[in-house]
Amino acid sequence: MVNLVWLLLLLAGIFTAALSGKIDQVTASALEAAELGIAVAIQLMGVMSLWMGIMHIAEKAGLVQALAKISSPLIRRLFPSLKENSPAFGPIVMNLCANILGLGNAATPFGLKAMQELQKENPVKDTASSAMITFLALNTSCITIVPASIIAVRMKAGSISPTEIIGTTIFATTCAMNAAIIVDYLFRKRHGL
Amino acid sequence: MSVITEVSRWIIPFFLFFVPLYAYWRKVPVYETFVIGAENGFKTAVKIIPFLIGILVSIRVFVDSGALEIIINFSRPLFIRFGWDPEILGIIPLAIMRPLSGSGALGVAAQLIDQYGPDSFMGRLASTLQGSTDTTFFVLAVYFGSVGITKHRYALKVGLLADAVGLAASIWIVSKVFG
Repeated sequence: MVNLVWLLLLLAGIFTAALSGKIDQVTASALEAAELGIAVAIQLMGVMSLWMGIMHIAEKAGLVQALAKISSPLIRRLFPSLKENSPAFGPIVMNLCANILGLGNAATPFGLKAMQELQKENPVKDTASSAMITFLALNTSCITIVPASIIAVRMKAGSISPTEIIGTTIFATTCAMNAAIIVDYLFRKRHGL
Repeated sequence: MSVITEVSRWIIPFFLFFVPLYAYWRKVPVYETFVIGAENGFKTAVKIIPFLIGILVSIRVFVDSGALEIIINFSRPLFIRFGWDPEILGIIPLAIMRPLSGSGALGVAAQLIDQYGPDSFMGRLASTLQGSTDTTFFVLAVYFGSVGITKHRYALKVGLLADAVGLAASIWIVSKVFG
């Protein structure tokens, strides 16, 4: 499915540009995006090194395991295929906490760490495990208490009350998260673990 | 709300203070341990570069070529036929952009807020939608890519269905609260 979406986006873009006489735009956009990819990766290198380093200290000190242990039974129930003391629970919980607090920079390293742990327990290495899909469903629909970037945009636009959308945002994202959990559960039932 | 803002401000310094201190007390060689972990972080960042570039290039070409606009214009009558208020249709560009690109979606949201005003219905709806979902497509590509997963199974369907629910919930709650 990803192959198809990727191909369709690319081909539809080139096709449209060709028909509307903007074919030069394709070259410029493709090259710019490739450069942007490197820029994002370089920024990530620093942040990822910092957080993975701290995370490793926390691991060696037993803090991650402790977090995994106390992480609510609710979180554990969402991942029936993982063992009760799976080392993946630590980074999963930390990723979700970072997302909730709106710490996007810290969330990515924890999320990628969680994927590495989940991959260790994955029997078929080139295929997504159910636990991974559940984690990504939670991750992409996770609640953020303070959507900082959009509040900044509202401030700049001269809003009387930039933060008034926090309540509606939390409501909408709670709906999305519940939908993600239910839909994921139904798919998992159909496809098996 | 100020409590939450304060927590967000203090949590990282607290983490950086507490974790190494506790680890040192537990006789962990903190600096060497940090370096080993940091190396893994660095390697992971390098490993996701091809996935980042692949996704960014196809999305960027798609958006810059005007193909996104054509789809939006094409889908407009469809939404009207489903009985949607034509005023709400202004949100479609953001709804389509949101799962594809974080910075792109923020750009569209900022433009909507400028165009309609931050305290208008559309401005509040754009703000709510921007804050309530994530870049599903991008996250899947990069996270799966980082561990060498090529078969994503039903992951994209789950993510996009959740995004659709987020959109519907945003429209409903903003109409309800501010309408």
